[in-house]
Amino acid sequence: MDAPTQQEASGSAIEIGEITRVIAEQTGCGSGRAGCASQANRGDLPVETWEKVKNHPCYSEEAHHHYARMHVAVAPACNIKCNYCNRKYDCANESRPGVVSERLTPEQAAKKVVAVASTIPQMTVLGIAGPGDPLANPEKTFKTFGLVRKAAPDLKLCLSTNGLALPDYVDTITKFNVDHVTITINMIDPAIGAKIYPWIFYQHKRYAGIQAAKILTDRQLQGLEMLTARGVLCKVNSVMIPGINDRHLLEVNKAVKRRGAFLHNIMPLISSPEHGTVFGLNGQRGPTARELKALQDGCEGEMRMMRHCRQCRADAVGLLGEDRRAEFTTEKIMEIDVKYDVESRKGYQAKIEEERAAKTTAERADLTKRADSVGGIKLLVAVATKGAGLINEHFGHAKEFQVYELSNGGAKFVGHRRTDLYCQGGYAEEGSLATIIGAVSDCHAVFIAKIGGRPRAELIKAGVEPVDQYAHEPIDKSTIAWFVAYLDRVSSGTIQHEERGDAAIRPRALNSAA
Amino acid sequence: MPFKIIASQCTGCSACELECPNVAIAEKGGTFVIDPKKCTECIGHFDEPQCVAVCPVDNTCVIDTSLARYQEPA
Repeated sequence: MDAPTQQEASGSAIEIGEITRVIAEQTGCGSGRAGCASQANRGDLPVETWEKVKNHPCYSEEAHHHYARMHVAVAPACNIKCNYCNRKYDCANESRPGVVSERLTPEQAAKKVVAVASTIPQMTVLGIAGPGDPLANPEKTFKTFGLVRKAAPDLKLCLSTNGLALPDYVDTITKFNVDHVTITINMIDPAIGAKIYPWIFYQHKRYAGIQAAKILTDRQLQGLEMLTARGVLCKVNSVMIPGINDRHLLEVNKAVKRRGAFLHNIMPLISSPEHGTVFGLNGQRGPTARELKALQDGCEGEMRMMRHCRQCRADAVGLLGEDRRAEFTTEKIMEIDVKYDVESRKGYQAKIEEERAAKTTAERADLTKRADSVGGIKLLVAVATKGAGLINEHFGHAKEFQVYELSNGGAKFVGHRRTDLYCQGGYAEEGSLATIIGAVSDCHAVFIAKIGGRPRAELIKAGVEPVDQYAHEPIDKSTIAWFVAYLDRVSSGTIQHEERGDAAIRPRALNSAA
Repeated sequence: MPFKIIASQCTGCSACELECPNVAIAEKGGTFVIDPKKCTECIGHFDEPQCVAVCPVDNTCVIDTSLARYQEPA
């Protein structure tokens, strides 16, 4: 097989210059809208919206450092076929939507939720996201919500759908007090949709091509309108597929904003031949880090963008980017008998809130101090973190790096990069060090709690500065302190500022063997 | 008595079970099977066999050629 694995980035794929121009037109400046203040705290959100998102890791970048979510895989059936999905693939080491290791009945799911929420008091959200479509399995989905609402009344309920069946279930969704709904909308133009969806199953018939995509987009937008009219907070997920819908997602962004969507999450296509998806097999590539960021920046003038999505599994447990599934297998949870203690969970979460408030105040003071000390330089840095907003992970243990853009606007979270674990049982593995460096090669520096001698040397060789002097310190404060010093070095002529290249978002699957 | 599911291709997603108008489909060891005595090829219910139309894997719900085709009662 000699299929091309990489399509050319030119041609119909996204062009950075064009996106930058669009941002300038939309915002009147080149900087986008989300400053530091809106990331660190409530920002410009109305109070009632803030109450809904402040401890929802998928709806608030700030919250995702502190709060965890879980998905229960009670909804295996699906009603559409997507070219980026393969339902036969099922590997415990693979992390992406549509993949699960075991399916649960609503009763098992409710028991698991209680067990997890009792063990992880910062777990605040229960989501149903598949592995198929929750609304193609309405009985299981709503039965689970009903059982969980009863057993763990303080949890937020949310669901993620392709939207085809959504208009039929809007009333049920509001009846169960599901106040967060995510709809995956990849297009509003059926001609583009036909390249993403080979078919849909609707009202007992299979539809293909443009006709299928037309029904799907109509139903998605109708469902979105109905939900926002009822005050349900809606996030729109879009998969960025270079050459197919990349430019078009700017139009999608406008269309969903107009219909009241709260947040837009543009995710990179995950595509690899071993996944066995149509796109994986026909060589359709995913976007590079720079292409993704250019599109996200282009949409930011229009509405709030989510950049911290980890494209998790339909049975994920823990903080985003963390995987605690193994602690809660069906076998283990069926054995334990837990009592759900709402009060102690409340107490724990109140402590998190105190810490967050203290951190925000400290950051504010720091930002004011360094207000005018910086010029027009903008650069990216990568951070190894285990959560809580701290630089607290060893370079060799990091499964991912969080990427921040530093500018005179402060430190802004702009994404994350997956890496293979390269430190295995105490010894380093040569091949994957290059992979990690490839994932952060667009960054000027990498912030870590600790780093070994060889990776340090390799990073420096690649032009990326390893920074370990801020171990266990807050991310925002430390990166800004480093940035101020960097600018001083530039203005004194000690170093010269140079632009960096591009990087891979997800160098390769964690483990492709099933 | 006609449709069958090729077990090696079945993802166990249950979509066919939810759509079958004859309640002819059930799980058996992680994949799904059609009870040939109950299957009517969806004749009299829908224009197309529902299991075939909803199955995410092509050529997984197929006519069982070892059996006679379903005959609509006169």
